[in-house]
Parts: sequence; structure tokens; C-alpha cells
Amino acid sequence: MAIQAMLNTSEMAVSDEMAVQITGMNKWYGTFHVLRDINMTVQKGERIVICGPSGSGKSTLIRCINRLEEHQQGQIIVDGTELTSDLKNIDKVRSEVGMVFQHFNLFPHLTILENLTLAPIWVRKTPKKEAEETAMYFLGKVKIPEQAHKYPGQLSGGQQQRVAIARSLCMKPRIMLFDEPTSALDPEMIKEVLDTMIDLAKEGMTMLCVTHEMGFAQAVANRVIFMDQGQIVEQNEPKEFFNNPKSERTKLFLSQILGH
Amino acid sequence: MQFVRTQMLAPLSPPITERGAVKWLRENLFSGGLNSALTLLAAATLYYLATLSLPWLLHGVWKANSLSECRTIIAANFGPDAGGACWAVIRARWYQFIYGFYPPEIYWRPILNFGLLFVAMTPILFSDNPASAAKLVGVVAVLTVIMLALAQGPVWLFVLCGAIMAGCFLLATIAPARLLPVTAVYPFATVWLLWGGSVWGPLMAMLGFVILAAVYRLLSPRFGVVVATATGFVIACIWWVALQGYVSGALQSIIPLAVQPVESDKFGGFLLAFLIGVSSISISLPIGILLALGRQSDMLLIKSLSVGFIEFVRGVPLITMLFVASLLLQYFLPPQVQFDLILRVVILVTLFSAAYNAEVIRGGLASLPKGQFEAADGLGLDYWQSQRLIIMPQALKVSIPGIVSTFIGLFKDTTLVTFVGLAEPLRGVTTIVRADINWKGIYWEPYLFVGAIFFVTCFGMSLYSLYLERKLKTDHR
Repeated sequence: MAIQAMLNTSEMAVSDEMAVQITGMNKWYGTFHVLRDINMTVQKGERIVICGPSGSGKSTLIRCINRLEEHQQGQIIVDGTELTSDLKNIDKVRSEVGMVFQHFNLFPHLTILENLTLAPIWVRKTPKKEAEETAMYFLGKVKIPEQAHKYPGQLSGGQQQRVAIARSLCMKPRIMLFDEPTSALDPEMIKEVLDTMIDLAKEGMTMLCVTHEMGFAQAVANRVIFMDQGQIVEQNEPKEFFNNPKSERTKLFLSQILGH
Repeated sequence: MQFVRTQMLAPLSPPITERGAVKWLRENLFSGGLNSALTLLAAATLYYLATLSLPWLLHGVWKANSLSECRTIIAANFGPDAGGACWAVIRARWYQFIYGFYPPEIYWRPILNFGLLFVAMTPILFSDNPASAAKLVGVVAVLTVIMLALAQGPVWLFVLCGAIMAGCFLLATIAPARLLPVTAVYPFATVWLLWGGSVWGPLMAMLGFVILAAVYRLLSPRFGVVVATATGFVIACIWWVALQGYVSGALQSIIPLAVQPVESDKFGGFLLAFLIGVSSISISLPIGILLALGRQSDMLLIKSLSVGFIEFVRGVPLITMLFVASLLLQYFLPPQVQFDLILRVVILVTLFSAAYNAEVIRGGLASLPKGQFEAADGLGLDYWQSQRLIIMPQALKVSIPGIVSTFIGLFKDTTLVTFVGLAEPLRGVTTIVRADINWKGIYWEPYLFVGAIFFVTCFGMSLYSLYLERKLKTDHR
């Protein structure tokens, strides 16, 4: 595959340091048990793809990592900080963890440049000029520097998602979370967003990505995690995962999404 | 069947019936049988209304000393049966509609204050449109100077006020952002200019806010926004209640700086309406925002207090609140505390409109997609940052029509203060004018005059809100 050719896996060293460590985590929505006994670790530099049928809890899982969702049991340690109800810790983790949403969630009342500089200026206290330079650098990386002074509503979906990625990168995060970043896009635009994510992977960013793009998983991921009914059913290297799935549930899922 | 186009067609202009005035008439007035009939009916109605009212308006008399003199003039000019407006009453008593019983020799104070009101508003209303800001301040400065020239007063005062307005215009032209201090000082200047007395009272009251700001700046990095604000507020309250009176009294005895005091019962007319309206509008918006946020809060105590306040205030008629202001509040306060009636009315009208604003803003908050809150959280912005930078700008934008409706309603409701004995323009002053033997029996003219001023003001607010909506329209939907 072309994507595989672009990636030289040996370049991307995975360190032993923990980026995310989740042990015995449980979460309920009311009485509904959405996440059941989740145990997983993510090393720095690792790229993980989480897949599974809808309602399997995969989005909820990565939203727990920056505490957009609260877990009720177990432990989540992100970059050495444990997530508890302590607001200071939560804000610290959130500023270190970038998040890209399915529906982009750009701020429609601000220009692209303002979207990108807002958090660096207010959270990191970066001087405005420096923040703007960083923003232009990352807009260049996602290949839309010419849109800097437009508003999000004037951009196409793919462009908006690339801006959203750049907005997260401007905070110089150590970990990036992607919550179905291409699910709301037209097929033509999916590629431009995936290309951006592949570039990011090449630079060694720690990534957790909820996606149905199995080509991306095969090309980029170190590990694929398959979830169903709020549990981790199977995790493996992409090659093994796709060619030789162990669980019946995984086989069924793969046959359904790769079957045609 | 095969077809190949060898030459592309050039665009043609549309047929005559699809262009210009013909098209407009056809589409808007005569698009079908029913529509044409309605158009003719509307035209006939308008014609009928005009034949009824126009003669009365056009026969208007401006120069007369009494209603009977008006009638004699109209009968002499247009026949014994002709009706006509007696505008002479406005000419004779306009100042009472504007100033109430405010002493005429110091009309310059409300005039200057009214001019400064616009100067104080521009940095907020036209924050990113310096050209409009400068134009507005310029026009206001000229009008203020003209009005000052018409009011009686010593020349040096006229020159001083003119210089102040010219200075404001210069500031607005060179550095519009520098007008913000004028906005900050304006409320205290208003108190001093309108009520007069020692300058130290308002100055020391302002010092209370400086104390609040200083405590906030000192504490907020370490203890957070809420603790810092609350502590600052408590300390400022101690200053206002316990110390301010002595300090300003002492300063007054050392450096006496005072102008002629004016009692609250001298206030009336549009001076009163604007005083109550503008203060309530400007204070009720921030309170409304806080109440709306409180109602959304996860903290049970704050949430129930906000809900309780909003529901209670909205459930009680404004007139009840005004009676509370005029009568009941005195019972709860210690007898030596003299609490000005206008101030009491302003406080209760403010709370009243804050409750309505809170609900309008809650509607705006509800219209925001959840993703906006999540994106703000996800970037590590804290609660107040995300409210200020992400949530409120969008929620308020959505709420503009509702907020402006509340404000327009509030401004017109200032006429209700007539029930607690304040001389508001619509009923208060009109009754006073009719009590004059010369103008006994005059009915329509004062109401039309007052109504016209209310209309212009409210329509102005409405136009501004349309401008704001246009300016903030960035979503390109």
C-alpha cells in the first residue's frame, strides 16, 4: 500500500515510558454499565487504533482520557498525572492532550487564526505574536495557511478537520486523541485528513484513534484494540489482528466491515 | 439521437416583466387575485386613516398660551368644525417632559451628563468600529454644545463643558480604546452631576470598586476567580458601609468640593426615564449572565438559588416590586438609613430585568452544540475562560433579539414608576401639565410627544441590535 511505503516503521521508536495507563476502569451512565473493567497502557510514541461496533464504548473510552467523561471506578494516569476530581489536574491533563472531534467543533465566532491561538494565549500564556507564528506554522503543516483569516463556516469539512488538528497541535500536546475524525466527511475529504494524521504519526506523536478506516489502522497503528459491549475484546498488532483474528466477535466484525 | 453543442450560448437579460419596478410590483403587490385585493384594501384603509388624522396634524398650532387660544386660532383659520393639534403645550412645557422639576439654572448638568452617556457607551457599542465611534461622539459633542448654549448658564461653564466634549471627541478620534476609562468613571460622574453635593461621596464610592479590583488581582492567581471576587466584594462592602461616609465627610471638610445638591423628588420626565432605564439595562445584563450560568451550574446551592430568584422575580408583577421599593424596603432597613427612592427603584427594576435576561440567555446557551463546551474543555481552558471566550460570545449573539426585547420592555416599563409617585414623562408629567388651568383638557398632544420620544429611543435600540447581529454574523450559513 502507498501509505505503508510512506512510513518507515523502524524510524518511529516506541519508548518504554507510559503515556496513558488505565487500570480496572469502570463507567456507568446512570445504571447502564458502558465501560467494563478496562485495562490498557499506551507507551509514548505508540499509535493505537480503537475500533468496534457503534455503542461499544470506544468514544467514551478516549473521552475518559481527557475527562470529558468521568469514570467511576479504577485509575487513569495520563502523562504521570492521575485523573481525579481535582480541577487543576484535569486542566493540566487537558492542556497536554489534544482532542480531535467527529464534528470538528471549531469556534464559529472566531477566525481560523483566532481558533488556533486562543488556547496557547489563554492557557499557556504565550505572547500573541509568538502564538500566531506557531499557528501559521501548523496551518502550513496541514496545508491551508491561506485560510488563516477566514471563518470556520467558509471552509470545507476536510479543511475544518485539518484546522481542528492544527488547533490541537498548537498546544504542543504529548498525546493526541482522535474521536472518529473522518466519520462526518465526504469520501474525497477523508484522504486529506488521513494524510495529515499519517504525517503526524511519522513525527512520532502518541496517538489514540477511534476510527473505521481500516486502511489507516493497517498502515499506521502499532496496535489495534477491538471493543464490544464496553469491553476490550481483542488487541493485537494490525497484521495479526486483520489476518488472524482470535475471537469470534472480532471475526464477525471484520467480515462485516471488510466484506465488500 | 445524438446532439453536440458547437457554440455556447451567451447570457441574455430577462424579459421586461421580470425586471425592475414591474417585477417588484407584480411579485410583492399583485402576485394573485387575493393579493391584489388585499393591496387595494390596504391602500383604501391607509387613505381613510390619513383623511382622519392628517387634518388634525396639519392644523396644529405651535404658538398659543392656552388650549382655548389654540382652539380659537384653529377655528379662525380652518372653520368652526375643524379639529387640530395644540402643539403649543409642548412648546410651553417641553422642559418639564424632559427634566421634571429639575432646577432650570442647572440644566447644564443633565445635558452634559446625557452627552457623556453616549461617549461612555461608544467604546462598548462600537468596540471594533472606531470610525463609527468617532462619528457618534462627534455628533453627540456638537448636539451637547448646542443644547448647552440654549440652556441658561454662565459662559465659563459653557466653555468648560464644551472643552470636555471636545476632549472626548479628540480621544475618540485618536485612541477610541482610551474612552473606556470614561465609561468606568461615568456612573460616578452621573451620581455627582445629577444629585450634586460633595464630589467626595462618588469618588470614595468609586474607591470601593478600586479596592475590589485590587483584591481580585492580588488573590485571583492563587485562590481562583470566585474566592478572589467574593473576598474583594466583602472588603469593598465593609468600605462602603462602615468607612466611606466618614472618609468622604472628612475630605469634604478639608477640601470642600461641592455643587448645588438636587433632591430626588425634583427628578422627572425623560431624565428620570433614562436614568432608571440606562442604569437598569447596564447592570441587569451582567447579573442576568451570572444568573443564567448559575441556573446551569452543577453546584446545587447556586443552582437552586438562581432558579428560586428567577422564578420568584418573574412570577411577581413589576408594580408589586415597585411598591416594595417605595414602602416595604424602608421597614427592613434601620431607621437612620436614608435610602433614596430612585436608587431603590433602580435596584428592583434591575433585578426584575435581570431575571428575564437570565432566561433569554439560558435560551442562547441551550442553542449551543455540546461540542463547543467540549472543545473549550478539551483545550484546557478553565470554566471562566471558556465561558468568556467561547460560550458567552456565541450565546449572547443568539440571544441579542431577546435581550433587546427585554431592554425595550424595561425602558417602556420605567413609566410604571408613576405608581410610586415619581414624575415619569407619560403619566406623571402629563398629569402635572393638565393640572395647569391653561392646558386643562389637553389629551393627545402630550401623549404623542412622549410616545414619539419613546419610539425613537426603542427603535434606535432595535436598529443597533440589527447592526450588531449583522456584524457578528460569522457562521456563513
